[in-house]
Amino acid sequence: MIGLSVVYVLAGIVFGAFAVLSALDRQNPKRIGNATFWGLVATSFLAGDQLGDRGNGVLVLALALIAGFGWLGKGQPATTSPIERKALAERFGARLFVPALALPLVVIFGVLVLKPLSLGGHPLLDPKQATLISLALAAMVATTVGLMLLRQPLISPLQEGRRLMDTVGWAALLPQMLAALGAVFALAGVGETIGQLVTAWIPMDSRLTAVAVYCLGMAGFTMIMGNAFAAFPVMTAGVALPILIGRFDGDPAIVASIGMLSGFCGTLMTPLAANFNLVPAALLELPNRYAVIHAQIPTALSLLIVNTGLMYVLAFR
Amino acid sequence: MLSLLGVTAVVVGFAVRLNPLLVVVGAAFITGLAAGLSPLAVLDAFGKSFNDSRFISVAFLVLPMIGVVERAGIQEQARSLMSGLRGISVGRLLIVYLAFRQITSALGLTSIAGHTQTIRPIIAPMAEGAVEAHSGSIDRVTQQDVRAAAAATDNIGLFFGEDIFIAIGSILLMVGFLATAGITVDPIHLSIWAIPTAIAAFLIHAARLLMFDRMIRRRLSR
Repeated sequence: MIGLSVVYVLAGIVFGAFAVLSALDRQNPKRIGNATFWGLVATSFLAGDQLGDRGNGVLVLALALIAGFGWLGKGQPATTSPIERKALAERFGARLFVPALALPLVVIFGVLVLKPLSLGGHPLLDPKQATLISLALAAMVATTVGLMLLRQPLISPLQEGRRLMDTVGWAALLPQMLAALGAVFALAGVGETIGQLVTAWIPMDSRLTAVAVYCLGMAGFTMIMGNAFAAFPVMTAGVALPILIGRFDGDPAIVASIGMLSGFCGTLMTPLAANFNLVPAALLELPNRYAVIHAQIPTALSLLIVNTGLMYVLAFR
Repeated sequence: MLSLLGVTAVVVGFAVRLNPLLVVVGAAFITGLAAGLSPLAVLDAFGKSFNDSRFISVAFLVLPMIGVVERAGIQEQARSLMSGLRGISVGRLLIVYLAFRQITSALGLTSIAGHTQTIRPIIAPMAEGAVEAHSGSIDRVTQQDVRAAAAATDNIGLFFGEDIFIAIGSILLMVGFLATAGITVDPIHLSIWAIPTAIAAFLIHAARLLMFDRMIRRRLSR
């Protein structure tokens, strides 16, 4: 069975290559920082399970310190100039989109065709991780297609990949670090404490207030935890089950569904949802790291009000 | 109550724009110590969970392919696609993308698009190209606004489409959580009741994108 461990080896090799190429990059005055940072990420992928909890803890600490002290620079691998790219674009035309289209097609192929396959009674892919395994496979296939179709140098996936990786920089590791923070929050019972505060201090005698507390609470709590999945159990146990469903007889499916979507409004407004909000800002080279959040706030707030209204009207009939 | 100190540290740290990796590690230690854990216990818990969450960073495996097509001019090609089309504005282009992202996500195809695979190499350059097609050029501020709007549109399309698909993680979480409270809900009802919000999200964001068009046109005609 192909599981995530195979994907981790592949990721380890790719990040390891980024580290080696960074170390050799004389154009980057901070090349040692970059090489160490991506080298640690490679180590985590290749040997994370052997390092033990404390070893991983030290590794994370080292990553944070390298980023915090500003030891990460931007690599400058040799690449094509804007003028060359224009000429190439004219030459290749629509063929340029083929690798980008191959990616989702292989992902879909993996999920629909490979996932149900089994060899000698064992599934070919770990069914729980089929999408990620398919994504890794698709990345390799699409890269190969791109290299052949567009006749690019063999080293270019690693050099260009490194260029993009350096563009994202430390933000790349933020989502994984926030997941780890979420685990520490859970250990310390942060969610329950906030849930108790909300339910103890806010009167919920009327249906409208209770609906508003639940919807706004889901959004606000999601902003603090960075993730609607962390907010849902706490807010639903604190407000939705006893009051909206218990006292006011609301429809559980409608309450839960719109409650979760109110949490998603919160996701749009918080830097703690780093993979949706901060990573793209880095990837698009926006100088304001909160630019994507700013672009989302008006939609998120309007939709939050609409959600509150929808739940009030639809859930109690 | 003391455990909330860590939350405060996150809020303050992000607000004053300290390096987020340091803020997160610091907040983990503050939270753990306030909850009575030893520093080494916090380090262990943080390290373990970091290791268990490696799947999150696997998505960057897509970058080498994106780099190759960028080297061969995909951004330039995406941009020039727009130059012949005077009828298409940034706003309208992004509205089409919003609909595409919502519908494909509702069918469970959440990973066929995204910031890395579609926004950076294709949609953002197309959106910039749409502005250039109208006014001949694009200034830096407008370029940044357009890119941020493209990234925001991807998130909104994904979030308010995926919950209509019945096997998505959030629906499974809701079904599981309600079951432990003794309430049985059919996943299909959860997905059906995501549709009103999905429609509202489309209308609100599409209206904002049309307003974005007008704002850009006014700015560039000055």
